[in-house]
Amino acid sequence: MNEQLDDMYREIILDHFRSPRGRKPLEKADIKSDGSNPACGDEIEMQVEMDNGTIKDIHVNCKGCAISVASGSMLAELIKGKPIDEVRRIAELVRRMLKGEQVEIPDDLGDIDSLQGVRQFPVRIKCALLAWVTLVEGLKSYEDGHKHAGASTEHDDQPE
Amino acid sequence: MSQLHTNTGKVPIPADSHQPRLDLVAVKADFPILDQRINGRRLVYLDSAATSQKPWVVIRAITDYYRKQNANIHRGLHFLAERATAAYEKSRAHAADFMGGVEREEVIFTRGTTEAINLVSYSWGEANIGEGDEIVITEMEHHANLVPWVILAQKKNAVLKRIPITFCGHLDLSDIDSIITPRTKLLAITQMSNVLGTINPVAELTELAHKRGALVLVDGAQAAPHMPIDVKELGADFYAFSSHKMLGPTGVGILYGRRELLEEMPPFNTGGEMIGEVHFDRVTWAELPHKFEAGTPDIANVVAFDTALTYLEELGLESIRQHEMELTGYAIERLSQIKGLEIQGPQEPAQRGSAISFTDPNIHPHDISTFLDSRGIAIRAGHHCAQPLLRILGKTATARASLYIYNDEADIDALIEALIEMRRYFGV
Repeated sequence: MNEQLDDMYREIILDHFRSPRGRKPLEKADIKSDGSNPACGDEIEMQVEMDNGTIKDIHVNCKGCAISVASGSMLAELIKGKPIDEVRRIAELVRRMLKGEQVEIPDDLGDIDSLQGVRQFPVRIKCALLAWVTLVEGLKSYEDGHKHAGASTEHDDQPE
Repeated sequence: MSQLHTNTGKVPIPADSHQPRLDLVAVKADFPILDQRINGRRLVYLDSAATSQKPWVVIRAITDYYRKQNANIHRGLHFLAERATAAYEKSRAHAADFMGGVEREEVIFTRGTTEAINLVSYSWGEANIGEGDEIVITEMEHHANLVPWVILAQKKNAVLKRIPITFCGHLDLSDIDSIITPRTKLLAITQMSNVLGTINPVAELTELAHKRGALVLVDGAQAAPHMPIDVKELGADFYAFSSHKMLGPTGVGILYGRRELLEEMPPFNTGGEMIGEVHFDRVTWAELPHKFEAGTPDIANVVAFDTALTYLEELGLESIRQHEMELTGYAIERLSQIKGLEIQGPQEPAQRGSAISFTDPNIHPHDISTFLDSRGIAIRAGHHCAQPLLRILGKTATARASLYIYNDEADIDALIEALIEMRRYFGV
């Protein structure tokens, strides 16, 4: 169990938890998306500034467990500067990885790999998913012409 | 009513009483599940408010029943059926005595507290609550004593009112006269909060409710395992509790209802066992208590519940309460020494039970629970089926350690040591 524990709370995850990236609110946000994980009460607020189809800047404020905070922090670090399509692809990769599928995590997505230990704790998978679900919902409403989105991990099994 | 406004948190046993002490070594040895190692550590079970562990005698009562007595009850005319029926009814008589001596016809077996409360809301509530009537609950109710009333109020266009809580986790009775009014039909209240631990002044509130013409349902799920219960002294019209939180098996709940009320109430479930005469165009009901026990009940577990009650009574409910007050006091004192840890509910053991909710300013309750689990310590983390209360407390979740007869100071010490280690681990 201590090995399992250390496998879930890897040093990279604890580092993101202690000093989460993307904490600074944006002055200009094109997308606002709020997510929640009703099962454990994690809550996340996300702001995204877009620039011609790419993520220019992102703010993530997650109130929750170490896993949800770390996952949100990794997301903020990773997607900045990336085009929407690629961000979607990464989100889908993370989702499949957390759901237990065998996936290749490219080296440039390094920290994401560390979330794999969460899979041994089924109730915590949603915590790791929260930020990604919230982002995908935000992007979807943005493309549908809305500025504000709400997401919940209760619905993460639905097709996106 | 001046007594009400000062909310003294009255409990049956004063803190300085001298009850026979529990023999903790002997008690622990009675619980086989505790004799194992989890993740290489001694199991420290601090989640009895969710469900208690079971002593050998209860486990054996279940297997003995199946080995020697098993038959369907009340209908069979053979030897085993008579034995099974007698054992089942003996458990009912025991539950009647346990609640301070009510009539056995006033004791209905259900699947648990939740089903007991649903029985009242569907049977009594459907027939007695109308538009504009008021149902009063408290802000500290478990969903089991909340959701049925929310639904009933919506269905009947009735008004759901609530008694608020104070900053210290007591009921705020300062405005009680405008909450419980002549329009109030029912007060549904927990005797002991599963989150805050608070022991509510039920007898005083019952007296007030009765003066205004209302009935009172008491959720005893958290109180009944931990202190002597006398439903008449409480003035409860309905009292509900569960076997599994008090050393008995899962799947058994008890509903006490005053005879006159139960007699007037229509059945909840219908089918076999609960009938008098059945025709294609009409049905008459069986006498109490069978009117409310349709179908084959959980016979083996009801029979084993009898054994659980005997075990508790042999230890003595006063002694159990005394032990838990002392241990709760010790736990709160030690937890308070951890800087920044926030403990919910009354801090004074005489005013509360042994479920202790706490939060760490920097570590989420789920991380606390996962970390403690790695040290062999089982606690509960989450909203504890009391989302409205958690919202009032400004929390989405808390960690909760809850104590029972098999816990001792060494268990608390293990908890404290692990919490300190946890902060080092997370580095916050």
